[in-house]
Amino acid sequence: MGRYFSRKLLIYALTFVVAVTINWLIPRFMPGDPVSAMVARAGLQSPEGVAAMREYYTGLFGFDVPVWQQYLNFWGGLLSGDLGVSLWAFPQPVTSIIMAAVPYTLGLLIPAILLSWWAGNKFGAYAARKKVLDNTVLPIWYVLTATPYMWLAILLAWALGKVAGLFPVGRSFSASLRPDWSWLFISDLISHWFLPFLSLFLVAFGGWAIGMRNLIIYELEADYSHYLGSLGAPSRLVRRYAFRNALLPQVTGLALQLGVIVGGAVVTEIVFDYRGLGYLVLEAIKASDFFLLQGIFLFIVIGVLVANFIIDIVYVLVDPRTRAGMGGGA
Amino acid sequence: MLKVEDLRVYYRSLRGDVQALDGVSFSLADKEIMGLVGESGCGKSTLGKSLIRLDGRMRHVGGSAELDGETLPIADDARMNEFRFRKVSVIPQYAMSALNPTRRIGRMVRELVESRGIRFPTVRAELDRRLALVGLDQDVLERFPIELSGGMKQRMVMVISTLLNPSLLIADEVTSALDVSTQKAVATALAGFRDHDLVRSMIVITHDVSLVYQIADTIMVMYAGKLAEKAATDVIVSRPKHPYTQLLISALPEVGVRYDGKRLVGIPGSPPSLRPAPTGCRFRDRCPLAFDKCAEQPPFVEVEPGHSVACWKAS
Repeated sequence: MGRYFSRKLLIYALTFVVAVTINWLIPRFMPGDPVSAMVARAGLQSPEGVAAMREYYTGLFGFDVPVWQQYLNFWGGLLSGDLGVSLWAFPQPVTSIIMAAVPYTLGLLIPAILLSWWAGNKFGAYAARKKVLDNTVLPIWYVLTATPYMWLAILLAWALGKVAGLFPVGRSFSASLRPDWSWLFISDLISHWFLPFLSLFLVAFGGWAIGMRNLIIYELEADYSHYLGSLGAPSRLVRRYAFRNALLPQVTGLALQLGVIVGGAVVTEIVFDYRGLGYLVLEAIKASDFFLLQGIFLFIVIGVLVANFIIDIVYVLVDPRTRAGMGGGA
Repeated sequence: MLKVEDLRVYYRSLRGDVQALDGVSFSLADKEIMGLVGESGCGKSTLGKSLIRLDGRMRHVGGSAELDGETLPIADDARMNEFRFRKVSVIPQYAMSALNPTRRIGRMVRELVESRGIRFPTVRAELDRRLALVGLDQDVLERFPIELSGGMKQRMVMVISTLLNPSLLIADEVTSALDVSTQKAVATALAGFRDHDLVRSMIVITHDVSLVYQIADTIMVMYAGKLAEKAATDVIVSRPKHPYTQLLISALPEVGVRYDGKRLVGIPGSPPSLRPAPTGCRFRDRCPLAFDKCAEQPPFVEVEPGHSVACWKAS
């Protein structure tokens, strides 16, 4: 067991180093020079002023040292939590911009993913043995999951936001409010949160339910189910076993979902103008702010790795077959 | 004591019913191990399943089965539950995958037994004793099915299926997936269950005549959904009366006989389609003895004490 996990950890560490390196390389290959952009933004006229400013920014962003040293400096900064300064929101540090956006993204995605997973699996398992439900309700979700998500999100924003006027569309909270713990702010936050949440929930719910329905039907036709039936076990017991076994592939699915959680809702956040990490990605690209972009990607990489590692552990706990394989060189 | 009267079970299909089990009558005495043999598709597994649990495509068309004086509610899945496991039990064809892969075996047995309203501690000692009987360590109960070999899983399923001392045990192709040395062990274990009075009578379904020859008291031969012949094992092997049985036995290689230059002959032709079944004797087309009268279905009648045959030439 210990060997298995130390091996896994090593693989994750290697993946992390490679991902960070690629992450460092990409912006440096991107067209556009951030220093020139900053200087141009200042709109100076005199050549001396431009030269002085260029020198200042080059030093500030650490471009005045050889490339290999820039790379090492990047790692140094990374390990001490310093990801540089944002260009888009100059001179705020990237770390604090990301940290301010993270609660919104997590607050949106974690409930959407977990609730849809839980409810979708329950509903799918139920539909698998209720013909009526299977024939009437599930087809709605066949259509829903087949529609492009962006279109569905726009439709929701238009129908429930603009036409019915039930929920505000745009921003994470009203521009007139300051974040605090007042009831006014929290209710405003929730009303802004609801539509993006609903759009994510609806689509994911259908996916889980359809998957679970098929898995349960498969498990109920498995040999062990037939054997229990032949020995007169009540269907409650058979269904319990089938549900648990069908849940295993769904756990893997959840892992993949949680992995992309941090960057996954770019479309949602753009459609609803919800100010989380996805929104930052768009803004950073528009402003060619590669420090910020680099910081967000780094955050996503860490998120994916941590989520995968957690799921590795969970899987070992729930599926004895992975445990059995560990004795050898898993 | 099992008594089956004119049992008919058909498979539903889009192109009409398949008459897989068409009017089968026989009885099984206490302490009897009956081998049920026949080629693929002859209805032997269908007969086995009919006595414990019809699957979704099977339909009980007629006939009845009586076990120890009680009629088995074959067509009523819910009422049949009371009989399953306690009175009638099965070792399925798929014993290798019959255990839930994600439960420790002991826990699965406990949950199964308790779901039938029996407190697990009351059978725990018996469970351990039976594991020893088939040569399994007690610690298999702490393991997951994947940690057991095929033969171990097979024996585990045998122990579970017979735990409540059923009156009738149906063993469906229990040795087909095993190698020869394990086959022998499993066959002996089956006979051991009967000898220790753990099961009262047993139907061993197989296409392997040499296997049932080792353990069965009687052999019943089926052909195309009907009974062909039933008699004591040595009678079937040495003096079969039905032409199908004769051909079946003659197709087996014999120990100690040299076959150089000589090929073992099979039975030419193939069984008829049962959708719907042809009229008359179903073996007619392949039978070397067929004559005019075979256009009429021969009855399954006792020609000697304990020896029944369905053939016009035999009676």
